[in-house]
Amino acid sequence: MATKRLFTTIAIASAAALVLAGCGGSKSDSSTTASQAAPGGAAYAGPVGAGEGAVNILAWPGYAENGSTDPTVDWVTPFEKATGCKANIKNFGTSDEAVALMQSGGWDVVSASGDATLRLIYGDLVQPVNTDLVPSYADVFPGLKNKSFNSVDGQMYGIPHGRGANLLAYNVKEVTTVPDSWGATFDPASPFAGKITGYDSPIYIADAALYLMKTKPELGIKDPYALDQTQFDAAIALLTAQKPVIGEYWGDYLKNIDAMQKGTIVLGTTWQVNINYANANGEVVKGVLPKEGATGWSDTWMVAKDTKNINCSYKWLDWIAGPTANAQVAEWFGEAPANQKACALTTDPNFCTTFNAADGPFWDNVYFWNTPSANCVDGRTDVKCVPYAEWAKAWSSLRNS
Amino acid sequence: MMSNLDRISARRDVRRAASLLAAPLLWLLGIYIGALAILFLTSFYTVDSFTNQVIHEFTFQNFIDVFTDHAYLNATLRTLGVAVSVTLVCAFLAIPMAFYMARIASPARRPFLVALVLTPLWASYLVKVYSWRTMLTPESGVIAWLLHPFDVQSPGYGIVGVIITLSYLWLPYMVLPIYSGLERLPSSLLDASADLGASTLQTMRDVVLPNVKPAVIAGSVFTFSLSLGDYITVQIVGGKNQMLGNVVYQNFSLNLPFAAAVASIPVVIMVVYLAMIRRTGALENL
Repeated sequence: MATKRLFTTIAIASAAALVLAGCGGSKSDSSTTASQAAPGGAAYAGPVGAGEGAVNILAWPGYAENGSTDPTVDWVTPFEKATGCKANIKNFGTSDEAVALMQSGGWDVVSASGDATLRLIYGDLVQPVNTDLVPSYADVFPGLKNKSFNSVDGQMYGIPHGRGANLLAYNVKEVTTVPDSWGATFDPASPFAGKITGYDSPIYIADAALYLMKTKPELGIKDPYALDQTQFDAAIALLTAQKPVIGEYWGDYLKNIDAMQKGTIVLGTTWQVNINYANANGEVVKGVLPKEGATGWSDTWMVAKDTKNINCSYKWLDWIAGPTANAQVAEWFGEAPANQKACALTTDPNFCTTFNAADGPFWDNVYFWNTPSANCVDGRTDVKCVPYAEWAKAWSSLRNS
Repeated sequence: MMSNLDRISARRDVRRAASLLAAPLLWLLGIYIGALAILFLTSFYTVDSFTNQVIHEFTFQNFIDVFTDHAYLNATLRTLGVAVSVTLVCAFLAIPMAFYMARIASPARRPFLVALVLTPLWASYLVKVYSWRTMLTPESGVIAWLLHPFDVQSPGYGIVGVIITLSYLWLPYMVLPIYSGLERLPSSLLDASADLGASTLQTMRDVVLPNVKPAVIAGSVFTFSLSLGDYITVQIVGGKNQMLGNVVYQNFSLNLPFAAAVASIPVVIMVVYLAMIRRTGALENL
């Protein structure tokens, strides 16, 4: 009897809550109909004054190291000493996680990749950045400034951090002919079936689109992040055909390192930093930039719209984009630094050459992660593009089909 | 006949009880039930394709998408299959373990055995799952090595790996209720069964099992619901498989209403499951 009464109470309570939620929900209607104008309000006018004592940092793993991973890898402690801002760091594993954490609030700065930046900007979660208040910005490579993924109408929304390409990794023992095309991973009759990997995120659809862009010109793909429905369906079809030869997809970089090291994965997309880790005990994998080029990332440090620590946030932006910290982070993570002067400070004098730090033809073939939206990011106005939410749904569907 | 004084103290008791219960009740109704209700309500909304923010416009589209795309049916069946398998494996392993702990081991050693069963819970979830990933490595893992003499291949990364790993993770939640159920079983029942000439197997089947059934069902609520909601293990040892939780995780920041629609599936499954077992009286064993 007692249980039955409890169940009835719960039923009534849920009905009441439903009604309440319904009433509460309708109120916020007007605020969500989005205008296309860049939101976020005005940038900080400055001047950057005394710090607030703390800054809450959301970072890709390896972007904000305080010595806890490796005692010699530390550019956060010197920051704290220099500015008096205590850094509270949280790492995230994927761009989607970063956006979700920013939505939940409480973070001051975030290292956002291009597939997150526009979501953050138009989701009204970040503010424009006054680059005049960030002295290090002057030394940032011009090729990283005012890009479609870090600015709106010439207004920067963050400070560039660094860039890199998603490489094609191959096991040096098992894959004897060096692959020069992403086609090796899309071959349904691949001799490496079951040992091929793909990146476990909707943004991986762009990798398929890039391959189609170079091999199927009749589709007319100009930008792998601006796909109309026909182009999008073609990319999904390619990934569906690829699925049988995939051993596992990786979203967590540790999983990718483990798989490459053990040889359960011998071919597929990866990051330079994963290759470095996997080869820590002797070379097992190598990475190449295939002839089609590659997708890649160009990360941007952004400031939360509702930050309470604006001065510490700007101090962090200037610190991480400054030559010393930028050289350390670039070398630790394995990517090209954003700051030109960082190249003189890396422990490996050839580092910037290896990672193609300078602007140049290498980057012409790298398509940085961007946030697909209904308004095509390649500027086409005669068609609607498939927005990223649909990419996510299609990816879920593909992964479970 | 109640005196005035009694009446006052009774009223005071009610008031005290109300003030004591207010916070937990508010928690239950507001945070727990309320959140579920909002989740369900959200699943009828849609999102702005540009900002990905929720628009409060009523639509069935999310549920239509969930039910017409066979991928989500696959995910549901796969998740359900994993949850049922994990529950069966756990029950199969836990019954003999708990029986030994509660009836055969000397009373002095019982607390020690309970502590042993609990020790895996002290380690981090991720550490345990990654350990299983290492053990399950196809060809070179320790499981492949163990199975090699029998000419059996390691299950490798896949659904079997997920079931093994989750069974390991949730086993303590099955052992404990069965252990306490068996501990409460009067010895006289077992003695009577033996005196009447029943064999050990008969006693097991006709006396012990019916008596621990509510405890097993209570344990299954844990193993079943924990497996139903898990989405990390399958990413690490599941090969290219996904479960319902992964679909929710992948979509919630971009398309919250669609994620909410998918998230309603396990909630409905759990409600049906709880309604089914409510009759057995097992809920009192939790």
